[in-house]
Amino acid sequence: MNQFVKLWVIVGLAFLALPLLVIVPLSFTSGHYMVYTPEMLALEPDAYSARWYSEVLHDRDWMLALRNSLIIGLSAAALSTVLGTLAALGLSRSGTPGRNVWTALILLPQIVPIVVTAGGIYSAFSDLNLIGTYAGVIIAHTVLAAPVAVITIRASLERFDWNLLAASSTLGAGPLLTFWKVTLPLIRPAIVAGAIFAFATSLDEVVVIQFIGSYDQKTVPIQMLIGLREHLSPAILAVASMLVCFALSILVLSELMRRRSEIYARKTTKT
Amino acid sequence: MTDDIIGRYENVSKFYGSMAVVKNLNLDIRRGEFLSLLGPSGSGKTTTLMMLAGLQSPSSGHIFLNGRPIETTPPHRRNIGVVFQNYALFPHMTIAENLAYPLKARRMARADIAQRVQRGLEMVKLQPLAQRRPTELSGGQQQRVALARALVFEPSIVLLDEPLGALDRQLRETMQLELKQLHRETGVTMVYVTHDQAEAMTMSDRVAVFNDGKLLQCAPPPEIYDRPTSAFVAEFVGESNRLSGAVAAVDEGGCTVTTDAGIAIRTRPQPGLQRGQAVFVYLRPERILVGGAAAACENRHEAPIADAIFLGDHTRLRIELPGNRDFTIKQNFFGETRPPDLGDRIVFGWTAEAPQVVPV
Repeated sequence: MNQFVKLWVIVGLAFLALPLLVIVPLSFTSGHYMVYTPEMLALEPDAYSARWYSEVLHDRDWMLALRNSLIIGLSAAALSTVLGTLAALGLSRSGTPGRNVWTALILLPQIVPIVVTAGGIYSAFSDLNLIGTYAGVIIAHTVLAAPVAVITIRASLERFDWNLLAASSTLGAGPLLTFWKVTLPLIRPAIVAGAIFAFATSLDEVVVIQFIGSYDQKTVPIQMLIGLREHLSPAILAVASMLVCFALSILVLSELMRRRSEIYARKTTKT
Repeated sequence: MTDDIIGRYENVSKFYGSMAVVKNLNLDIRRGEFLSLLGPSGSGKTTTLMMLAGLQSPSSGHIFLNGRPIETTPPHRRNIGVVFQNYALFPHMTIAENLAYPLKARRMARADIAQRVQRGLEMVKLQPLAQRRPTELSGGQQQRVALARALVFEPSIVLLDEPLGALDRQLRETMQLELKQLHRETGVTMVYVTHDQAEAMTMSDRVAVFNDGKLLQCAPPPEIYDRPTSAFVAEFVGESNRLSGAVAAVDEGGCTVTTDAGIAIRTRPQPGLQRGQAVFVYLRPERILVGGAAAACENRHEAPIADAIFLGDHTRLRIELPGNRDFTIKQNFFGETRPPDLGDRIVFGWTAEAPQVVPV
C-alpha cells in the first residue's frame, strides 16, 4: 500500500516537472524548430548548441524586454515591499481599527479576476495619462505585487514580540529609531522574502501590461507571447529555460529566508 | 508638591470600553522608595504601572513626574526604566549591545557608553557574558540583563512588572535579595508590581494594595499586616481569623465588639467606629497567646483542641470557636511546654492590641 502511494507521488511530481525537463534540453538544439530531431535523440554533439541563447542575448527585442522586466520588476518590488511592510505592521498591531476591512481591501487585487483589475486600471490610468508609460506599468504592478508582500511579511509578524517595541520606547528610542534598530532587523528575512515574491509577481504578469503598456514597456513574458505568435523559434525555449533557472533560485532563496525568519522567531518567543 | 514626591497619580481612572480597570486612583511615589503594587490579577496594578511608563494613557485624571504633568510626554522622553515580565531583551543584540541601546538612543559619547555598559555588567555580575545573545542565557541571567538595562541610563524611576514571576522559587528568593541590594546601592525609586504578598512584604518600603481597580491601602508592610483598614487587605495579606459582629461600645480606653455568636472582644481604640456598626474582627493566628501567657490578656477563653498539626517551626491548633469553626492558633511549643493533645482543653487569649476591627 505504502509503495503504491509512493509511486503515485512520483508520477504526480513527474507530471508537474516533465514540461520543464522537456524544454531545457530542447533549448540547446542547433536546429530551427521546437522539436526533438532524430540526431538530438541519438545524442549527436552536432545536434546541440547554445546558438539560441546567443541569439537571445544579441537580439534587440529580447534585450529590451529583459531590460524592461528588470526596471519594472525591481521598481514594483521596491515600492510594494516598502508599502507592504508598513501595511503589514499596521495590520498586525492589535490596536488598529478596522483591520479586517483594510486587509480585505489590500488583498482584493489578488482575488478579483485579473482582467477585471486590468480593465479598472486601464480606465483610471487613461484619465491620468499613465497609459504607455513606465510609471503606469510600475504602479499597476505594485498594486498586484503589494498583497503578496503583505501576506509574506504579516506571516512573520504573527509571532513578533510587540513588547520589544514597548521596551525600546521606555529605553529612550523614538518610533523611527525603534523601527530601524529593532523592528527592521527582526523582520528583515521576511521583508527580503516579500520583495522576492513581489518581483516574481511583476515578472510573471502578462495581462495588465497588455492593457496599459505600449511596445516600449514590453517585458520578457510579453516578448515570449509575441515570439509564439510570430515565429516559433527555439529562442523562446532558451528564454524559458533561463526563467526556470531564475524561478528555481527564487525558490531556494525564499526557503533560506523562511528558515532564517523561523530562527529569529524562535529566538524572540523563547523566554 | 514637595521635593520628596517623585511621582503622583491624581484622580486617575482607566476604562477599556465601559469597563473600569483603574478607578479614581490617588497615589504618591516618594523619591528613593521601594513601592510595591500588590493585588490579584485584574486588580489594575499593571495598568497603573504602564500608565506611568506612558505605554497606556489614563482615561481621566493626571499623572505627575517630578512635579510636571506627563500625559503628553511620549514614553521615550519620560526617562523611566521598565523591566517587563518576559524581560523583552532584544534577541538580535548581544548583552552588551542591549545595555548600550538606551545610551545610544541618548546619543552619548562612545567612551561614555562603553564605561557605563561595563559598570552595568558589573552591577549584575554578568561581565563574562557580555558578548552572548539573550537566548544563550538562563532565565535568571536574562532577568539580570533586563534589570541592568533598565538601570544603566539612570532613570528617575524604575518600574518592574512581576519580573520574578517566571523564575522558580529558589531563584526568585535569591533575586529578591539582589534586587533589594541593587535598590540600596543605586538609591533609585522602584515601583514593583506583584501578586505575591510575601514578595511585597519582604522587599518594600511601602505596599499599595489594589483590588478591582481600587487602591485600598498604601502603607509600610508592618502597618499593612497589623492595621489593615479593609476586609480585603486583612484577608489578602497573611493569615487571619475572622469573626463577624457589631460594635457594642466605644469609649476612650478602646471599644468592645460583640460577635454574632455572643463573644465580647475588647480592643484598643480604633478610629472611625460607631456604636451598632457591623464589623469584622481579624485576629492573626500567631498573635494569640496560649496557657500561662494568656493569663494577663483582656480577652480570654477556654476550649478543647479540635486539631493539632506539628509543622516544625510551629504547631497549628484548630479550635471550634462559636462563630468560626476554623479558629486557628499558631504556637511554638518548645522545652517544657508540651504540645497539647486532641481534645485537651486549653486556655488562650489575646491582648487589646491584637484584634483589628474593620467595617464590613
